[in-house]
Amino acid sequence: MADSGSSNPLMLGSQQQAGGGSVDPDRMYREFAKGIWKENPVFVQVLGMCPMLAVTNSAINAVAMGAATAFVLVFSSIFVSLLRSFIPKQVRISTYIIIIATFVTVADMALKAAFPVVHKDLGAFISLIVVNCIILGRQEAFASRNRPLYAVADAIGMSIGFAFALLCLGATREILGSGTLFKYPIMGSNFQPWVIMILPPGGFLMLGMILLVFNWAGQTRAKRRHRADGEANAGGEVGSAS
Amino acid sequence: MTTNTPPPDAQPDVESTSVELTVSAVDSQVSSVRLVATLAIAAMLSGLLLAAAYEITLPIIEANNAEALQAAVFKVVPDSTQLQPLVWDEDKEELVAWSPKKSADGAGEESSASEEPPAGLVIYGAYDENRQFIGYAIEAAGAGFQDTIRLLYGFNPRAVLPDEPRHITGMEILESRETPGLGDKIYKDPKFAENFLFLTVDPSIELVKDNPTAKNQVDAITGATISSKAVVKILQKSTADWLPRLPKPGDEPAFIVIDDEQQQQQQEAEQPPAEESSEDAESDTEGEEDPDNG
Repeated sequence: MADSGSSNPLMLGSQQQAGGGSVDPDRMYREFAKGIWKENPVFVQVLGMCPMLAVTNSAINAVAMGAATAFVLVFSSIFVSLLRSFIPKQVRISTYIIIIATFVTVADMALKAAFPVVHKDLGAFISLIVVNCIILGRQEAFASRNRPLYAVADAIGMSIGFAFALLCLGATREILGSGTLFKYPIMGSNFQPWVIMILPPGGFLMLGMILLVFNWAGQTRAKRRHRADGEANAGGEVGSAS
Repeated sequence: MTTNTPPPDAQPDVESTSVELTVSAVDSQVSSVRLVATLAIAAMLSGLLLAAAYEITLPIIEANNAEALQAAVFKVVPDSTQLQPLVWDEDKEELVAWSPKKSADGAGEESSASEEPPAGLVIYGAYDENRQFIGYAIEAAGAGFQDTIRLLYGFNPRAVLPDEPRHITGMEILESRETPGLGDKIYKDPKFAENFLFLTVDPSIELVKDNPTAKNQVDAITGATISSKAVVKILQKSTADWLPRLPKPGDEPAFIVIDDEQQQQQQEAEQPPAEESSEDAESDTEGEEDPDNG
């Protein structure tokens, strides 16, 4: 329970939906909230690293990528969940990919029409949302086994978690690498930008740092909880997320 | 919402698949017809949705592109407010003003169907509000450090002042994937852009690493020498290609006002048209987009 980090990403939140029944608001909230922190797709599941590292050299790119991914994830989840009893399992992955690819292409064209400048910056990475493992992972692990409302809650939660992670990385890299945040200069004129931060190595460095902080926070919290529980002998090796 | 409809041949035996967590490799219960049908229906619905999205976004995307081009032209040719595509006519070996109608009867073959000027042979004439010619805007592309760099530069063939040589009046990068923080200074560094505000092309454009001393020299960006070199190379090649094709200063193609021309032609043919009269002189500013309506 405490160490969410060590669980298998594909099985996260895959509680089986037994039959019909009414929608449970508590469960809705749980499915929604877990993606934001406890099962955060980036910090905990370490999924979706391709867009994570590639487009986070500025905060605005991170937000655009987060929004595009959210659109694709939510709509794919709705359709996969609605059609879950009609899709034979032999062709389920192909069908999911068709559904995902459709929404990715729609997102690509919509972004190109509405925000041509951002689209130019993101370039091929919008189309590459198709192979973002968060999306296929959620279809396989959650949407194909749960009712549409839960699937939407899960998708929105995961999207927010992903966008939050992108923004963390994008904002830090932009501040250090360009001295700006959302193109607004915040570091003063004497600041010499750390060019490496907006280059690919900066992405890896920053992601490593953020994962470090995240895991350290998780560990500290787990320790404190153990101490509170009075398990004095629990020690430091509990709750580590590898 | 249309995807909601189940495949018509839904069979009862697949109820179990939705609830099964473990994926069993062999499940011969499902006929292959159903598998094919599922994928076919999914692909068809996906196609419909994509076609609809494409139809909706295409005009917006095209308008955005036209607007971006227009803004770039007005930036590289200072004081210009109107533009018109000019096409290099291979047969006549001269630069002619382009309009969809002209290419329809002139160039022949498939161009009658195309609404776009032929790629690679088109430049833009920039005019001021009195439709006086100011300069050319020429698009050029070439290899950069990472990927193709596409740029647009303004060119003034005339000497406005008596001893003024022909020169480049500005340069704008349209598309590039140069390294962020280093190579991307070719469009982010205002100092580099200043090099092109008055850059003579005779005897040739040169790249120097120290302070430029002559008007035909470009100062390379520290840390982005290859990208700077690429930009200069693109300009050298493009000016070598295009400058001999340009007409003598003073003989530039006049700005053709599409609406007036249409009116004249229709008047010659028969009675003056009623609906055209509502188009007043102000719509001339967007004259180059109007051919689509006409």
